[in-house]
Amino acid sequence: MEVSRRNFLKISGVGVAATTLGLNLDPVEAKAQELAIQHAKETTTICPYCSVGCGMIVHTQGDNVINVEGDPDHPINEGALCPKGSSVYQLRDNKARITKPMYRAAGAAAWQEVTWEWALDQIARKTKATRDASFVPTSKIKVKEKVAGVEVEKEIEAEVNRTMGIASVGSAALDNEECYLYQKFLRGLGLVYIEHQARI
Amino acid sequence: MTNHWIDFKNADVILIMGANPAENHPVAFRWILKAKESGAKVICVDPRFTRSAAKSDLYAPLRSGTDIAFLGGMINHILQNKLYFEQYVAEYTNASYLVSGDFKLPGELDGLFSGYDPQKRSYDVKSWSFQKEADDSIRRDPTLQDPNCVFQLLKKHYSRYTPELVSKTTGTPKEKLLEVYQLYASTGRPDRAGTSLYAMGWTQHTVGTQNIRTMSIIQLLLGNIGVAGGGVNALRGESNVQGSTDQGLLFHILPGYMPVPSADLPTTAAYIEKHTPKSKDPQSANWWGNRNKYLVSYLKAIYGNNATKENDFGYNWLPKLDPGMNGSWLMIFDNMLKGKFKGFYAWGQNPACSGANSNKVRSALAKLDWMVAVNLFDNETASFWKGPGMDPAKVKTEVFFLPAAASFEKEGSITNSGRWAQWRYAAVKPLGQSKPDAEIMNDLYQAIRALYAKEGGALPDQLLKLTWNYGFKRADGSIRSIDIHQVAKEINGYFLQDVPEPAKPLKPGEAPPKPREPWEAKKLLGKKGELVGGFAQLQADGSTSCGSWIFCQSYNEKGNMMARRGKKDPTGLGMFPEWSWCWPVNRRIIYNRASCDPSGKPFNVKKAVVYWNPLAVLPDGKMGAWVGDVPDGPWPPLAAGAEGRKPFIMRADGVAAIFGPGLKDGPFPEHYEPMESPLAQNLMSRQLNNPAVKIFKDPAVKEDILANADPRFPLVATTYRVTEHWQTGVMTRNTPWLLELQPRQFCEISQELAKEKGIANGDLVEVASARGKVEAVAMVTVRMKPMKIGDKVVHQIGLPWCFGWHTPGVGDAANLLTPTAGDANTMIPETKAFMAGIARKG
Repeated sequence: MEVSRRNFLKISGVGVAATTLGLNLDPVEAKAQELAIQHAKETTTICPYCSVGCGMIVHTQGDNVINVEGDPDHPINEGALCPKGSSVYQLRDNKARITKPMYRAAGAAAWQEVTWEWALDQIARKTKATRDASFVPTSKIKVKEKVAGVEVEKEIEAEVNRTMGIASVGSAALDNEECYLYQKFLRGLGLVYIEHQARI
Repeated sequence: MTNHWIDFKNADVILIMGANPAENHPVAFRWILKAKESGAKVICVDPRFTRSAAKSDLYAPLRSGTDIAFLGGMINHILQNKLYFEQYVAEYTNASYLVSGDFKLPGELDGLFSGYDPQKRSYDVKSWSFQKEADDSIRRDPTLQDPNCVFQLLKKHYSRYTPELVSKTTGTPKEKLLEVYQLYASTGRPDRAGTSLYAMGWTQHTVGTQNIRTMSIIQLLLGNIGVAGGGVNALRGESNVQGSTDQGLLFHILPGYMPVPSADLPTTAAYIEKHTPKSKDPQSANWWGNRNKYLVSYLKAIYGNNATKENDFGYNWLPKLDPGMNGSWLMIFDNMLKGKFKGFYAWGQNPACSGANSNKVRSALAKLDWMVAVNLFDNETASFWKGPGMDPAKVKTEVFFLPAAASFEKEGSITNSGRWAQWRYAAVKPLGQSKPDAEIMNDLYQAIRALYAKEGGALPDQLLKLTWNYGFKRADGSIRSIDIHQVAKEINGYFLQDVPEPAKPLKPGEAPPKPREPWEAKKLLGKKGELVGGFAQLQADGSTSCGSWIFCQSYNEKGNMMARRGKKDPTGLGMFPEWSWCWPVNRRIIYNRASCDPSGKPFNVKKAVVYWNPLAVLPDGKMGAWVGDVPDGPWPPLAAGAEGRKPFIMRADGVAAIFGPGLKDGPFPEHYEPMESPLAQNLMSRQLNNPAVKIFKDPAVKEDILANADPRFPLVATTYRVTEHWQTGVMTRNTPWLLELQPRQFCEISQELAKEKGIANGDLVEVASARGKVEAVAMVTVRMKPMKIGDKVVHQIGLPWCFGWHTPGVGDAANLLTPTAGDANTMIPETKAFMAGIARKG
């Protein structure tokens, strides 16, 4: 069996406990405080901030994140985290997180909470209406053609099938699978104005 | 990155320029310190004495926006003192190629290359081509002596970049320049490696692409590409900006760096013809020759069975650009301001703060009918209608805010700067009603799809023909929730039918293999339904699918390669080949064949990335194999003759490009001033700015103004980040611990400037450019120093761009100051060098 650093720590922890027991048979009165993460579930993840890709362990109990720390087995960060990585815990325990869809009507001075169903239906309708109204099936372009060995420029009506009235930006904060899915969705809507953080 | 984070430990000299990893990639900085422990020297070149500078052996200041002058001087130093790695330069680069006799350098044409058209602001590149032999191959001079060969032209071009002239332009003291040049050029020896670490300090300029080209030329001259501890390494700023680029979330590329189709290419055949480089050189692998396989496999991935040979694999469902059409960031907001968009998705991004010339961006958002904002937190973009200077009653834009789940509340992979795709698991359910982004995409797709299926509309097939088989289906066939593994598998790709093993070409005299007996099983490359093992197995006939060819192998029949946690490090170089997976085909250092001489022997045997073992016996009985990292292709090294291949397999000619005729602003980098500079005249030529950049000067757009050499804005300004915040700060400003550590906008100024302006440390100041104003706390520091540029003294200031009005009391975005000006090749905005003024407030 390969012994990873974390396993090693666990094994040696047991070893130390056993040795202590072997040397001292007196009843122990003072108990060490239980670690908060002792009964927590561990899940590995990668830091959402910069591009180093540090490994992290998220400790959870039920629906609560109780701790986040560097993954000591990760070859890049070897357990270390910077201030941003160390504070990822607060992205969950956070009152500013938006947890319900919101809507701001034209000219309104405030947000209102709405249901997912309503928001999705509205966005779908607006996306479709804008796409249908701004869809360009063909475009006049100039192409070069060889006529009797001589290159001449001519204008043609070429198929382009694109939506001119909608643009999208984002996002380097998505997972790979989501980025792929998003570009597929956007190109399925005919968008060509697709950009994100990589350009800026 | 060509290399990866841990590989920094293998370097002998580390040049940090245009980056500040101690501040922005702090955990990776440990590998730089490891290199130092082993005796490496660290150089930091930056306008400011940064945290990285503090840990360096050698620091040199420079004026922001003068990197080409600085590095051009290094090229001159390397060539004049013959410090280059001659064998590498002669055999692995295009240094020996002869360029057309009509080609002229900026030294001969007042700062322009030959072929410039001032009306079009672009070059006719005819004179930038190579001379050809009668058989159409490129004419070469292996002795590098011909005055028209790339090497001699390079020498001539950079002979103008003398230490004296460079020092006048950059403000770097001449002796510091020479110290940096000497130390870095010491890596030109075969047994030494130098690495280049850069970030947005190089890219966010109107000469951004050429900044990186200059360093690439240096790395090629010194033989530092493909080796351990070498490379040109972009320290990317976001956890998955590498992945989001790989997956084609940009106007000009599909996944896997495939060009977006244009209207002049009406068929897959026309697309393939145009975008497939050709090479007659038998020793060039010309890997992009496989373009057809990647295009057809992508179409099969997104359209599935709807893509058939008869309908050209659905190629015309893909939206197309007009030839030359630019849909990049600056164009989006320029068009938006002019009312050309009705709808806008801002998905996981905050352009109201991250966009250059943020006032222009904010005005543009008010021209929209509707916007969808997807994020964890409310921000300056979603709530732009109640921002500074906005009257909500007058803003007609409807805004939908959809709450997204955090990274640890969903499952999927992200790709780090070293190209490692690492898997993340869901630790908890999304908070409240927030949803993983993939679920929001699925919900939107299903809702829009249902409308088109019911009501019809403009070309419904564009959407309806997409495959969307990602998990548990409802009775009506729609997907209830996305199984992200199914998406990962689609990206990797499948065999859609049994694909037989291709027949191997016979060598002269070799007997053909025995025909298959009826009772023998067909030899298959892959069986229908199986995941493809790697991109070499992809086909152009529609028998395979693959969403992103560079990700082929990431999730195959062996399992989810991205989730691996093996800790073996057989080379001792820190490549960890069994930890996660990296593209392409788990190759940890790309162009690694260039780390060996033509016989396959490593230039530096102590740090061998790969080496050729001629005695290795392969399963098919053949002899010879590469050992170490996954090599850039299995072929034997160059010296093997006809079967050998040149090392730069992504180039049509197999060698690296010192002369780069594919760029819009010149085949060699030339120094031009930023669009806003303290100088009215370029000290190196009569051409002030990059002649090929697009000029935004519509008189109707009041935000599009520049103030060059303007006494109202005498300070060279730049922007940067701090450890405690990330990007525009949407996540970190909402993290109480981090906001407490770094609570508000500040501006760093020198003691000399502070004295001149009567500003004390801690004073409230107003920083202004021609476009906007920002309030900040003055941080008077020795980290900033006035510089001598030409014969005048120039002050520099800098401020972080992580703040915004939505968080009370922190100050607004630094990008309110930056201009709408983009790089000639990429259109990345020039936010790292602009002009500003500063005054004490109240």
